[in-house]
Amino acid sequence: MSERRRHGGRNALLLVAALFALWQAIYWAVGDIALSSPLATLRYTAQLVTGEDFRMHLSDTMRAFAIAFVLSVVIGLLVGFWLGFDRLSGDALEPMIVTVYAIPKLTLYPILLLAFGLGLSAKVAFGVLHGTIPIILFTLGAVRNTRPILLKTAHVLKLSRPQMVRWILFPAAIPEIFTGLRVGFSLTLIGSLLAEMFASQRGLGYLLMNGIGLHNIELVMSVTLLIVVFAAAVSTLLLQVDRKLHRKG
Amino acid sequence: MKRLFLYRLAVVAGAIALLEIFCLTGVIDKITMQPPHLIARDLYRLLASGRMNGAIWKTSTNTLLALVLALGVGVVAAALLHRLRALRDTLDPLFATYYAVPVFAFYPFFIVVFGLGDLPQILIAFMLGVVAMIVNTLNGLDRVPPVLLKTGRIMRLTPIDTALRLTLPAAGPYILTGVKLAVAYAFIGIIGSEFILSRGGIGYEINFAYNNFDNATMYPLIVLILLASIAINTVLTRWEKTLLARRGAR
Repeated sequence: MSERRRHGGRNALLLVAALFALWQAIYWAVGDIALSSPLATLRYTAQLVTGEDFRMHLSDTMRAFAIAFVLSVVIGLLVGFWLGFDRLSGDALEPMIVTVYAIPKLTLYPILLLAFGLGLSAKVAFGVLHGTIPIILFTLGAVRNTRPILLKTAHVLKLSRPQMVRWILFPAAIPEIFTGLRVGFSLTLIGSLLAEMFASQRGLGYLLMNGIGLHNIELVMSVTLLIVVFAAAVSTLLLQVDRKLHRKG
Repeated sequence: MKRLFLYRLAVVAGAIALLEIFCLTGVIDKITMQPPHLIARDLYRLLASGRMNGAIWKTSTNTLLALVLALGVGVVAAALLHRLRALRDTLDPLFATYYAVPVFAFYPFFIVVFGLGDLPQILIAFMLGVVAMIVNTLNGLDRVPPVLLKTGRIMRLTPIDTALRLTLPAAGPYILTGVKLAVAYAFIGIIGSEFILSRGGIGYEINFAYNNFDNATMYPLIVLILLASIAINTVLTRWEKTLLARRGAR
């Protein structure tokens, strides 16, 4: 097991090194006008992160993201459990939800803006729109695929619905639900950032678009780097937990 | 089956009716949204007038181009990676976290590098689609039963014959799953980047209409995109199901 993990770590390191090498190579090929070198970007990032302005943008993005994620989890679990229990509703609605997953949700953003106004709530709503769907789908699948023997045991013990959820379904479904949360986490982040890129006065997404407007390449690349590193790091961490949970199950 | 269909019909019809009632009674005011029947009328007029034909053409060709690139590169890359175990292991962390990274965050960067044309959009759509294609094709190739390949060797099939007669049909349903995702991602990539910053296309037109408070153009276009992506997705899902059913997988 530990050997496998070491392999995973080595692969990840190799990959990061390769990506940086690629970046440097492209920089040499394209030059200063369109691209800043990895080193210059890192230096600029270090400078950016310590600035007062940046902290405001970051905290704005993080607040929208945090609220959106909490709402996604609550709504996703509730709807997921409902659709998992109610066979007819689940069968009827699951394909519809999958379809909604595939539409370009960015086009819905103007509607959210008109409904919620320009600001935090529209951003949160957009994040929730992205994040709930995977959580619903994974929870639904987990509840449906609970081993029948567990359900029989619950019947024998005459557990009530809430008791059954609390003591049987939820623990049995945790690995799957966690996968849903992992995917939901990433998508909520993507949703909040996209919302900021399209219409917002604050936040990291706004900072990116502002960078283009000012033709500030270093700013664009630094913010992109920060977002990518954060998303990849958290996702890798969650993936490790996810795999551990699934092994146990 | 019929009950499910009725259920879905009731949900959709109910949602539309609810919107209609809300709009007509003023719970949702006119500036926010028009009642659905007016949206349908506007959509018809918009399509009949041909005003959006240019935008529709631009979006469709860009999507198609990105899709073809994603499918082609995806299948070839997957076939290569299937042979090169070490490279595949190295890239595994990338694939595992790929869709957690907001690919759209690269869009501003691409605009800086390539200029504000079609290329950054196609690149974003390609990047979104290609990994889904690679991962699912790899998954399909992993599941080709070894006995088939042994049979192929006994029959002395050429590599091309093996690929066309054995590998492709066996991995087909999984590859189709990849295609389905790639189609959705390509569409999302093009529309999304048009929407964020561009000079044309349906996404651009929606953004333009939004900035001008032109609801009579914005809502019909949004509905058009929803209908298009739902239609494509439904057709591909059907096809996927028949393929899986023929294989007896489900």
